[in-house]
Amino acid sequence: MPQTRKVTLDGNEAAASVAHRLSEVIAIYPITPSSTMGELADEWSSQGRTNIWGSVPRVVEMQSEAGAAGAVHGALQAGALSTTFTASQGLLLMIPNLYKIAGELTPFCLHVAARTVATHALSIFGDHSDVMACRQTGLALMASGSVQEAHDFAAIAHAATLATRIPFLHFFDGFRTSHEIGKIAELSDDDLRVLIDDEQVAAHRERALTPDRPVLRGTAQNPDVFFQAREACNPFYLAAPGIVAEILRRFEKLTGRAYSLFDYVGHPQAERVVVLMGSGAEVAHETVNWLLARGEKVGLLKVRLYRPFDAEAFVAALPPSARAIAVLDRTKEPGAAGEPLYQDVVTALAEAMAEGRIEALPRVVGGRYGLSSKEFDPSMVQAVFREFTHARPRNHFTVGIVDDVTGTSLPAEPDFDIEPDAMVRAVFYGLGSDGTVGANKNTIKIIGEETEHQAQGYFVYDSKKSGAVTISHLRFGPGPIRSSYLVRKASFVACHQFEFFNRYDMLEAARPGADFLVNAPYGPGEIWDRLPREVQEEILAKGIRLHVIDAYRLSRETGMKGRINTIMQTCFFAIAGVLPVETAIAKIKEAIEETYGKKGGEVLRRNFEAVDRTLAELKTVPLPASVSSRFARPPIVAAEAPDFVQRVTAVMLANHGDRLPVSAFPVDGTWPVGTSRWEKRNIAAEIPVWEEPLCIQCNKCALVCPHAAIRVKVYEPSHLSAAPPTFKSSDFRAADYAGHKYTVQVAPEDCTGCTLCVQFCPAKDKSNPKHKAINMAPQAPLREAERENYSFFLDLPEPDRTKPRVLDVKSTQFFQPLFEYSGACAGCGETPYIKLLTQLFGDRALIANATGCSSIYGGNLPTTPYAANREGRGPAWSNSLFEDNAEFGLGMRLAVDSHRDAARDLLARLASGLPAELVDGLLAADQSHETGIAAQRARVLDLKKLLEGRPDADARRLLLAADYLVRKNVWIVGGDGWAYDIGFGGLDHVLASGRDVNILVLDTEVYSNTGGQQSKATPLGAAAKFAAAGKETGKKDLGLIAMSYGHVYVARIAFGAKDHQTVKAFLEAEAHPGPSLIIAYSHCIAHGYDMAMGCEQQKLAVDSGVWPLYRFDPRRAEEGQAPFQLDSAPPKIRVEQFMKNENRFRMVERLGKDRARQLTVAAQRETDRRFRQYQQLAGMTPAPPPAVETAPEPKA
Amino acid sequence: MDLTTTYLGLELPHPLMPGASPLVDDLGMVRRLEDAGSAAIVMHSLFEEQILVEQHEAFLFESNAQSHSEAATYLPDPGIFALGPDEYLEQIQRIRSAVAVPVIASLNGTTPHSWIEYARLIEQAGAHALELNVYYLATEILETGEDVERRTLETVEAVKGSVSIPVAVKLSPFFSSFANFARRLDQVGADGLVIFNRFYQPDIDVEALDVMPTLRFSTSAELLLRLRWLAILSGRIDASLAVTGGVHTAMDAIKAVMAGAHAVQMVCALLKRGPQHLTTVREEMEAWMEEHGYESLRQMQGSMSLVKSGNASALERANYMRVLQSWRMP
Repeated sequence: MPQTRKVTLDGNEAAASVAHRLSEVIAIYPITPSSTMGELADEWSSQGRTNIWGSVPRVVEMQSEAGAAGAVHGALQAGALSTTFTASQGLLLMIPNLYKIAGELTPFCLHVAARTVATHALSIFGDHSDVMACRQTGLALMASGSVQEAHDFAAIAHAATLATRIPFLHFFDGFRTSHEIGKIAELSDDDLRVLIDDEQVAAHRERALTPDRPVLRGTAQNPDVFFQAREACNPFYLAAPGIVAEILRRFEKLTGRAYSLFDYVGHPQAERVVVLMGSGAEVAHETVNWLLARGEKVGLLKVRLYRPFDAEAFVAALPPSARAIAVLDRTKEPGAAGEPLYQDVVTALAEAMAEGRIEALPRVVGGRYGLSSKEFDPSMVQAVFREFTHARPRNHFTVGIVDDVTGTSLPAEPDFDIEPDAMVRAVFYGLGSDGTVGANKNTIKIIGEETEHQAQGYFVYDSKKSGAVTISHLRFGPGPIRSSYLVRKASFVACHQFEFFNRYDMLEAARPGADFLVNAPYGPGEIWDRLPREVQEEILAKGIRLHVIDAYRLSRETGMKGRINTIMQTCFFAIAGVLPVETAIAKIKEAIEETYGKKGGEVLRRNFEAVDRTLAELKTVPLPASVSSRFARPPIVAAEAPDFVQRVTAVMLANHGDRLPVSAFPVDGTWPVGTSRWEKRNIAAEIPVWEEPLCIQCNKCALVCPHAAIRVKVYEPSHLSAAPPTFKSSDFRAADYAGHKYTVQVAPEDCTGCTLCVQFCPAKDKSNPKHKAINMAPQAPLREAERENYSFFLDLPEPDRTKPRVLDVKSTQFFQPLFEYSGACAGCGETPYIKLLTQLFGDRALIANATGCSSIYGGNLPTTPYAANREGRGPAWSNSLFEDNAEFGLGMRLAVDSHRDAARDLLARLASGLPAELVDGLLAADQSHETGIAAQRARVLDLKKLLEGRPDADARRLLLAADYLVRKNVWIVGGDGWAYDIGFGGLDHVLASGRDVNILVLDTEVYSNTGGQQSKATPLGAAAKFAAAGKETGKKDLGLIAMSYGHVYVARIAFGAKDHQTVKAFLEAEAHPGPSLIIAYSHCIAHGYDMAMGCEQQKLAVDSGVWPLYRFDPRRAEEGQAPFQLDSAPPKIRVEQFMKNENRFRMVERLGKDRARQLTVAAQRETDRRFRQYQQLAGMTPAPPPAVETAPEPKA
Repeated sequence: MDLTTTYLGLELPHPLMPGASPLVDDLGMVRRLEDAGSAAIVMHSLFEEQILVEQHEAFLFESNAQSHSEAATYLPDPGIFALGPDEYLEQIQRIRSAVAVPVIASLNGTTPHSWIEYARLIEQAGAHALELNVYYLATEILETGEDVERRTLETVEAVKGSVSIPVAVKLSPFFSSFANFARRLDQVGADGLVIFNRFYQPDIDVEALDVMPTLRFSTSAELLLRLRWLAILSGRIDASLAVTGGVHTAMDAIKAVMAGAHAVQMVCALLKRGPQHLTTVREEMEAWMEEHGYESLRQMQGSMSLVKSGNASALERANYMRVLQSWRMP
């Protein structure tokens, strides 16, 4: 057998590597956790990597998965070899085409990183609910359970589809396999050439639709023939399992890796057998081996080819001795007789029994495990086997959770550990920003390449995009690693951030005698006293060796600016002993060179120095004999937090959500609002400090804060008598609040330290202009006092919403934000708009939110930012899907209108028994302003008092509907991926409907949440994933399309450039009685610059004409005015000046100056053209192209 | 007319060339400059800061990466992209293959640190010579003039030590004993001196309480300072001399050569009037020299220097006294 190359990669890359080499046309659309496959395919094609036939696959990004499936279908019909990658809802969107592709017996292979389908909640994690929704399409379903298998079965599936003509869906578990890094034997191009039969490729080509020998496909058939024609494909399905088995034999001959349709592992006379597929089968494999070694007669049947299900082969693969069979499904089918695999097994055995192929029917039970990547570990496999020792084993059980409601769960022993001691197991707690994950990926690569050991890495991230915590789970050791679950008994634990001691029990995963590495600002003599009591106890009880390094000091001293990844990596190698330290260090340096080599000497020098100094600075701490700490870990949430937050949220925040039983949860996914306020994350190193004498009270700081962590209030001076000693205030300088006090207050524990407020603050100290009315200062010394100040501030009365004479930037900022402390990135450019929306209308808004960043920071547990005001009112928020958000919001509008109309009808009907003044007031209320709304609420309250207790049906109905007499507004919120691409059809329809909905498009110009893939909002010249060389076409003008209806209010805004226009647009959009569309410029980390400069870049975008500001108000047309108002001045600077500050544009330059220049020129031309068009719309004489001189750089 | 000159050991048909500027970023412009008869192509500067910042930026670029389960990165893999400095090296190669005239690359930096490695890379990329620009504003209150000079000398030495192509040093006039400093640069091996750098002085925005970068084109008036120092140095050091800043006309160029320039660089004049202006200046120089009976450029090179003109007092302190005292209120 030829020497195979060993490579270290994740499951997505393992599958994509094969798919790219065996395809000609690849249509893609990003969706977690499969996006990486598409990205890699695109990257490889853009680098000119070829398939095994020597051509570069064409990769095209579509507007949705439905679009990708359509494109693939067309490519296949026209005779190309095609593939695509997807998951979850994406796979569901492909289903209509899958039926067609299968019905037409078309060779096609689809790779799926199997992911949970959203039900009571969305989950990006893995289970088989998406794949199971495709059982009926006619696609073959093939499961792989490890990184190696994802690679192997990708190839097998491509070969099998050509051989059988049945399209194949090859799937592996999302995250657990797609994102697990492992060391595998790579299939070479030659291997693939052996597997793929060129005759079959030729046959596929000959079936191509071509005018040179035309045929027709896609006919419409009638009752007379459809049925028979549908049955015509049967022979192919009957033959398929045999053909696949033959390919598997060829594969074994080629690679030495043996697979069958159903792989049996275990005792030849096993009595108890589990059946499952995917990564769970690896865990079961490991457990069965361990039980066998202990003399137990157990076995495992791994399902490889799930559809077409070869019932005979299944029965034949089972040991005849099997008396009890447990079938485990990683999916849930509520209301079914059992989950799908269970039903198939029962059917197969019943048929075998009926046909006399088996003598007795084993007892078969089915259970669910691992939904949404729930841990599935050997203790759970053992629990399943143990269940058979009971006289009446439970059927339709669950394992891995505690179901205290319907009692389905099997109890598992949490301490059950079967991993061999020779396996090095390590857990690292880090921050996303400290480079821990990257360093660990590199460590796996080093060990994978330098030793004979197997290596495995899996990474757990929290749900936040700022200050995100990462936990890396690494294993190294001889023999195969089948442990596809988190490390629970680690021999090495690292804490890369000292403040984690306040939040997590990191040593929970440490086994006795483990090494514990801590990055701390304390030396070996001091650290012990700095540890909470619980930690000291655990260290002594488990005999843990404690090591300490001050990595941040070392990082600063070596000019690494806070990057600690290589320092901590060096510590790991120094302590863990998996490689000789010298070898490890040489390899770390090689890796540094590989990463930064091109980028030059200085970074290399600094990294090398840091690595070299690490060994000298790393110290093992001599431990005292007893616990001496005077403090305990603080509670996760404050004592005054509500009961639900204490019982549920706090447990999740402590990383113990797995322990919560079923009864802890609402039955339908309903969740309380305002939970983010209880999660005090303390992630800012520095926070803004207000200098009241310099402040001009413009409130701009509050407007731009993405996290509602800087707020303003105006209040009676009498309140100050109870103020904490350091609470600041000044006289409020406005006539309508004469004699009032004013305060700008920071939420010290919620601020992310992004500095947007300081950057945006216009008030400079006249004698010292770099000093402003707010300035950043270290958080730690301020934390205690500001916490108290903030608490006092929150208790100050909220202002009277009816009081401001005009609503502008300043007055709106006194309104309570009902969107606070979200998990969005520090400096996020989207959230200030949402926050403003909630300040203006939150107490009467329903929000439909498209899937994306805004649904993740808006609704991802454990804590969520939408909140209620003191009266208990606040935004009612929901996320339906990615593609249907406009329709979802329209539905809300229709419902609210229906309730309102019903209430008005009932009111009219009951009018005779109610005070006429009240009824008239309710029916004729002017609710176009805060005062009107407040008055209507008062009337509704009066009405309810009158209706309370009345027995008649109409009165009871009106009591229920009365609140709808107060105006509600519907906001449809989402990103550009939704509005411009996947949801555009629906958006367009809703705009056309004329209904009173408000649509807010948070335009980051890329798919931000899935990692910066281009959308049709991506501007010309920007690099994005799937447009790595820079987008060549202009940004879609969504606003212009919407304006073409005439009845749609449209505004294009950028708060960083013109905040008062932003506020005006929100007010006008809400007031417009028909559909409104606000397109909001949102700076984003995917633009590639420091978000602190977000507002500056917004200004440049507007000043260069790239992002013209305008408002199109149909009401103005009715008044005989031009409906279109251009709110930004003609371009003052060239587009280039905006572009050169953002890496998304600068990357293009790095690919080649000439191309960059062409794109820059094209971007300028496009900008000029559009600006002239807007000027025409505004009835202005178009200005000539900007006569701005290109300023040469300083002559050198 | 024989306009040949030797600059940095390069035999040039005449002394006129574009000075370091973004003009040569565009290959089309480079070709037009060659067509206009430019004696050499001086590239714009690669800055020490640019090298360090880009290295560091690439380093910090990853700070949002590997932080969230849905996205490991937010931009296409930067691994396949070259950084600005690498792009510069490629541009040298492109210009080399586009034109036949010598290519003088330019590196702008003031410390003898690791960025100097780029001097070697520039040489490898095929530059015929290197112009080292030590543009520096001594804003550090504890730093003495001697510190600045020593560091500059160390930098020049380090660069000289790492390359074998000729190295010119581009300087500002702000040295307390410029002639002495020029001599010391000469001694550490500088092959040429380019005088002088123009300092870009920011203006003040009184409304926004901000400083505003400004750019003003040079005028022939700025040439006078350069003429004076060319004349003082000419014939007294081994390094060849180039003038930059204030050459707009043939007459300006002739004066510079007379003061001792071996090379005459133009930027603002070419920016304003296009590359063909270089042809005009050369033709007018030739015409003037013919009219005045010159046979070659070398004949007049340094003719008005301190050493040769026999009118040392006009250049030294006495000139200051005479000019000032002869000035009368109009």
